[in-house]
Amino acid sequence: MAKKETKNLEFFTDWKYAPSPEATDHIQLKKQYDLFINGKFVKPTSGKYYDTINPATEEKIASIADANEKDVDIAVKAAKNAYDKVWSKMPAKERAKYIFRIARLIQERARELSVIETLNGGKAIRESRDVDIPLAANHFFYYAGWADKLEYAFPNRNPKSLGVAGQIIPWNFPLLMAAWKIAPALATGNTVVLKPAETTPLTCLKLAEIIQESGLPDGVVNIVTGFGPTGAAIVNHPLVNKIAFTGSTNVGKWIQKSIAGTDKKLTLELGGKAANIIFEDAPINQAVEGIINGIFFNQGHVCCAGSRLFVQESVADEVIKKLKDRLETLIVGDPLDKNTDIGAINSKMQLNKINEYLKIGVNDGADMYQSSCSIPKKGFFVRPTLFLNTSQSHRISQEEIFGPVLAIQTFRTVEEVIEKANNIPYGLSAGVWTDKGSRIFNMTSKLRAGVVWANTYNKFDPTSPFGGYKESGFGREGGLHGLMPYLKF
Amino acid sequence: MQTLRLNIMERIEVLKTYKIFIGGQFPRTESGRYYPLKLKNNMTVNVSLSSRKDFRNSVTAARSAFSGWSARAAFNRGQILYRIAEMLEGRKEQFLEELKQLGYTAVNAKKEIEQSIDRLVYYAGWCDKYQQMHSAVNPVATSHFNFSVPEPMGVVAIMADESTALLGLISVVAPCIAGGNTCIVLASENKPTCAITFAEVLATSDVPGGVVNILTGNRKELHSHFSSHMDVNAIINCNSEKDFNKTIGENASLNVKRVYTWNKNWSDEKEQGPYFITDLQEIKTTWHPIENIGISGIKY
Repeated sequence: MAKKETKNLEFFTDWKYAPSPEATDHIQLKKQYDLFINGKFVKPTSGKYYDTINPATEEKIASIADANEKDVDIAVKAAKNAYDKVWSKMPAKERAKYIFRIARLIQERARELSVIETLNGGKAIRESRDVDIPLAANHFFYYAGWADKLEYAFPNRNPKSLGVAGQIIPWNFPLLMAAWKIAPALATGNTVVLKPAETTPLTCLKLAEIIQESGLPDGVVNIVTGFGPTGAAIVNHPLVNKIAFTGSTNVGKWIQKSIAGTDKKLTLELGGKAANIIFEDAPINQAVEGIINGIFFNQGHVCCAGSRLFVQESVADEVIKKLKDRLETLIVGDPLDKNTDIGAINSKMQLNKINEYLKIGVNDGADMYQSSCSIPKKGFFVRPTLFLNTSQSHRISQEEIFGPVLAIQTFRTVEEVIEKANNIPYGLSAGVWTDKGSRIFNMTSKLRAGVVWANTYNKFDPTSPFGGYKESGFGREGGLHGLMPYLKF
Repeated sequence: MQTLRLNIMERIEVLKTYKIFIGGQFPRTESGRYYPLKLKNNMTVNVSLSSRKDFRNSVTAARSAFSGWSARAAFNRGQILYRIAEMLEGRKEQFLEELKQLGYTAVNAKKEIEQSIDRLVYYAGWCDKYQQMHSAVNPVATSHFNFSVPEPMGVVAIMADESTALLGLISVVAPCIAGGNTCIVLASENKPTCAITFAEVLATSDVPGGVVNILTGNRKELHSHFSSHMDVNAIINCNSEKDFNKTIGENASLNVKRVYTWNKNWSDEKEQGPYFITDLQEIKTTWHPIENIGISGIKY
């Protein structure tokens, strides 16, 4: 049978999207944000502030307090006091009602939060509006319901809260990561000191306002902004009973080492280098969409991004051709535009890191292919990029780039692809595309990763546990399993 | 003279006709019958005395609502149950007054309404959680992926607790619909007004029409119809009526209905939990083959 010709797509026509910017006039932002400690916004003891910017324009949005060790100490003591005097004594069903209130307030203010998330982090408004913010609200809603049902989740174990949880979150999903951390901690009866990432503090500070509005007792949630040393002060504070960290594997290792020998409980959600595996019997068009979503969702700033593509040899030409065509249709630019697929890279530092990896990829001998799209002159942008003819030993196939860069390899047998997919220190997630159900379940049982998506990718739900194997960290967030890291038995 | 003039000037209260609730609509009973209920303020309410036909219409409504309701995301059902709680909280004063007219003391009325709201919030939380506790991946010895999950039974006929106006009814309806079932509830015969006002709450809480249908009437007349209908999957009587329950049990065998007698003290917080949900669930087990290639790949 003759092989079916795939038609070439033509991009030289005049078809353009009209600009469709999301309105920003309805949001409320202050010029300066203080630390949220014990239910109030307080100035940092050092009086130091830093600028937070819009990565799409490089313009300053607001001044943010830089918390030092002393501020963290005040916050931890406030959390400890709230734990001892109020939160640990409150009936669980009343605790639940506060968390439900927070969920509702996020829902009510969803559009404002979406716009701020996009302004401060650079992600496409479509994603902050349809993914980040609704999921954050849902996460609070889901865990609110658990507060008075813990004895059902862990029968015969009489689960007890830990005390003060110190939580440090990354810049890729600012509000969503805050929800992943705060919701289960509160539901299980702990109090919180949370540090948002230095580049994306704004939605967390809006969350602080929401928490104030909800009437949550003072000190139950404290939000301290700052840089690495602020996080280190939380990790090392003797009154902190639990550390939950999402971020890079290097920092995760440092935290694990720092708390060695203490009684602090630890959850780490670290880096990843997911294999997205396309078998020859896969629905190819859907798989191509899945590959695109897997690596270009949120500019590739996703720990579970499908950054390694494995295509079975027999369909490699077709998949790569379609992938190149699809790459060409991606709209890169103003994150506030509702048509934008790929927004701004979160920071100058991250942009430099990605560009460095592009050089490394080329120097290692891989073939780089980029979209021909133009990118804005101002702000931090990078073209979506494919690397062809990569091998398992290339650094771009081994290291987490955390950007819109896909390393493509081919394979022949199931055995080979399992071997290649697993031969990496990470184990956060993986994707499998095939029409054959029995193969899916073979792959899900053989892949050493905490989440495996079959014929889909980058799906998240508050009921579904998320977390890694190996150097991608330990502990799970989401679902019934997400309660465990915040309880003792 | 003076008193008479005042009475003439007084605003006359508009009284409500209490109806029944079928398929999201508020009809009176098709039979045209009623029974009088005297309230504490000496007013009389003419309560609908629902007929077999009203019940049969309700089952039709419940059955047609079932496919949509059971297919809702569990999360969405949780949101809707929470919305019912929000609406009920907003109408607290109205219920307090109605409960008092039914003979509740102020203290008991407050307790009844507050527990009712809290119970709805409690079951709102269960909507997307009971599955996680009552499902299993079964480690069968062959190379199969084998899992069991709960699924809603279908249409449930409920004869609510006679002794409470609201809490008993909500304590059974909430776990029933939390699990994706639809239901027909017969309200307390002597305290029926709050149940109908609760129907007004349901009608404004994004609960699709037909998911909950509420009738008022006489258990003695209706229990045999409730239990003999061939399109009802489960029946719950919340009252310990030995002779009724014998008839119910016998009739239920006509189409193998699941039968429960939940004669509980609903004001006890122990009388809530996931088992009220799972009693109204079936368990479905799915087998799927797993190919077995690539053992060496898991050495990492």
